[in-house]
Amino acid sequence: MIVELGNISLIAALAMAIMQCVFPILGAAKGNQTWMSLARPTARLQFLFVLIAFMILVYSFLVNDFSIAYVANNSNTLLPWFYRFSAVWGAHEGSLLLWVLILNIWTIAVTFFSRHLPEHFLSRVIGVMGLVSIGFLLFMLFTSNPFERLFPVPVDGADLNPLLQDIGLIIHPPILYMGYVGFSVAFSFAIAALLAGNLDITWARWSRPWTLLAWIFLTLGIALGSWWAYYELGWGGWWFWDPVENASFMPWLIGTALIHSLAATDKRGIFKNWTILLAICAFALSLLGTFLVRSGVLTSVHAFATDPTRGIFILALLVIFIGSSLVLYAMRAPSTKTTGSFEILSRETFLLFNSILLLVAMLTVLLGTIYPLIIEALNLGKLSVGAPYFNAVFIPVMTPLVIFLGFGVLSKWKQNNFIKFLRKMRALLISSVLIGVCIGAVFYAENQLKSIAGIVAALWISFTSLYSLFIKIKDKKDKIIAFKVIPYSFYGMLIAHIGFAVSITGITITSQHSVDIHQRMKVNDKIEFADYKFHLKDLEILSGPNYQATEAVVDVIKKDQLITTLRSQKRIYTVRNMPMTEAGIDAGFTRDIYISLGEPLDDGAWSIRLYHKPFVRWIWLGAILMAIGGLLAIIDRRYRLHKLVKKASSNNNEAVLTTK
Amino acid sequence: MRYLFPLVIFAGLATLFVFGLQNDPRYVPSPLINKAAPEFILPTLHKPDQNININDLKGKVSIINVWASWCAACRIEHPLLNNYTRKHQLNLYGLNYKDKRSDALQWLENLGNPYIESAYDEIGTVGIDYGVYGVPETFILDKKGTIRYKHIGPIDDKQFNRIIMPLITKLEQEQHP
Repeated sequence: MIVELGNISLIAALAMAIMQCVFPILGAAKGNQTWMSLARPTARLQFLFVLIAFMILVYSFLVNDFSIAYVANNSNTLLPWFYRFSAVWGAHEGSLLLWVLILNIWTIAVTFFSRHLPEHFLSRVIGVMGLVSIGFLLFMLFTSNPFERLFPVPVDGADLNPLLQDIGLIIHPPILYMGYVGFSVAFSFAIAALLAGNLDITWARWSRPWTLLAWIFLTLGIALGSWWAYYELGWGGWWFWDPVENASFMPWLIGTALIHSLAATDKRGIFKNWTILLAICAFALSLLGTFLVRSGVLTSVHAFATDPTRGIFILALLVIFIGSSLVLYAMRAPSTKTTGSFEILSRETFLLFNSILLLVAMLTVLLGTIYPLIIEALNLGKLSVGAPYFNAVFIPVMTPLVIFLGFGVLSKWKQNNFIKFLRKMRALLISSVLIGVCIGAVFYAENQLKSIAGIVAALWISFTSLYSLFIKIKDKKDKIIAFKVIPYSFYGMLIAHIGFAVSITGITITSQHSVDIHQRMKVNDKIEFADYKFHLKDLEILSGPNYQATEAVVDVIKKDQLITTLRSQKRIYTVRNMPMTEAGIDAGFTRDIYISLGEPLDDGAWSIRLYHKPFVRWIWLGAILMAIGGLLAIIDRRYRLHKLVKKASSNNNEAVLTTK
Repeated sequence: MRYLFPLVIFAGLATLFVFGLQNDPRYVPSPLINKAAPEFILPTLHKPDQNININDLKGKVSIINVWASWCAACRIEHPLLNNYTRKHQLNLYGLNYKDKRSDALQWLENLGNPYIESAYDEIGTVGIDYGVYGVPETFILDKKGTIRYKHIGPIDDKQFNRIIMPLITKLEQEQHP
């Protein structure tokens, strides 16, 4: 009974989505106030219905209702309750419902935090988001209904894929989806601006905090996914250039270009068309990601459920949404007037270079991801694309990006004096190279060149960022006040860029200097490796709720001091008869020690793999810093908008809104 | 005109995807079917000084599974292979493709080794002879060493039980002259 309620809620949500799309957009076109006023209530009702459907699915998982095919395929009575909860988005149908729910969360957030937007603009934004929702609700109802019944009802479920039975997988998909789907807001703002035929800078200003927020979620979501792969897949890898990882990385690259380009459009009135294109592109890549993951066009570790008919449906959605957006763009973009101008040596130039480089980086990733398709389409033969390709093409694109980043941070808008600029840069450039070479020479004997390149890049970004702060305060008398006067968004930029440097450091040093050995060990065996002594104290047999495990207990000793005791398990999940390794990790600021239990050998010995991974935490630390930077920028904007609106209403002066 | 450019690029991509959907790579017939398996002599993965020769496989129905430690889809297939070799008497050989030896050994240690032996195809020349383009791939050879079936992508339970296992049983019964 309750399941039917789920179905009905989805249909009701669809009806609301149609109204939310049709009336506000037509209303805005015709200037009909009543129709436009339907935008907010229909959006909120749609959210309510989708939420009900979602809660019903959660409930069905919690009470083990195996009459629902989706529950039966992805859960089991032995599964702990929190995994039954996260199993809701453990496969295709449920993750699609989560997708729609998150789209609705963004929409309803827009309805609440948009008081300052003109009615016709808001109506169009909400209408476009309704259109996206229609597409995905139809997709769900026709090809992937999570409430489909199963008959006869099985006694027990097939269990959740053991890879997904992990805390990281409870939070990773929702956060990643918040990022993915969040770009629909930027997209809707861009389309609303195109529909209005008025590509001034206001749309950029309004959509900036939303885009930043989506970008923050995407950053954290990708970092979480990488961290999960690191500890859960049991071999210490943190990035695989897997199609699904690429699918989240591509919108991140474009999203990064977009937040910078939006800033330029907002502040300087330039790159208007380019920014619109980036907004469309970011959302297109989110849709493409969904398509690649769900269609089975490409096989990957994440493709837990694939089906070609679903692929056709998503592809149709992609073509309709993005195709029509680009047609609209082709019609409206020619009439855009650029208001700002800039010289060659200016911050604008570097921003433009870097957003082009980010686009190129995205295209290389896209090429690598769909390469098997292209080769097949052209009948050219057989080739496989793996990590070597991506590493080979990605680094050459990132190198100029890092250099321009430093230039961009230290240059002024509009124009710079070439001599002065060069003088400013010279000392910083020399010192980052010198210090980088010294660090590399002292600490790293192997792969020296690559290590030095990475460290120099990180130092260059950090030095230029800190120097830009120094410039701001050096001539001020009261330094404390000077620090306070600097807007949050500046600190945000600083922290995000330094976060990028931190990630570069982590990636470089971990990739170049991780070491590992694998060893046959019996209880009480000791081995020495990477300045540590490892002592296998015990091998215990354990049984979990839905698995059997052998656990190795290993003491890690340095200079006769016990550093930590690590536990690594080899689990066999009984329902699917699938082995999984749970790694034992001692996390540290400058290194991780990572132990993974291999296979049982003869006479009670096991193979054990030991890893020493320097600076691996910095990869994710950098991502967290980038997210904090983004957050500071949002806080700043909200504060400013708030004040501006107040000023505008008290002076009743429109001009205030358009000046900086 | 330049404003139409993004649309043109997008149209090209969309066409490619439509094409990709219609041509499910898993069902492309291989020109190698019913031909003798290309010959090779390769070192084994575990013992670099020992060779494995394709002709050694003759006389029995055998399965060659192409895999690599960098291949994500192999990770999905692997536990199933472990399972099948546990349940059935299968002559399963691995062809480790464009891999690092240490990575490949580590992989087998972590996830279990279902293979009687793995041939080590470091530069991928044998893989090219076999027309490998999407790892994992699986070939079924009859007693004469003729390729009778090829599967691209990870095998799942359905395909194994409906196609692969019945075919192996059938081939087992064929008389070898």
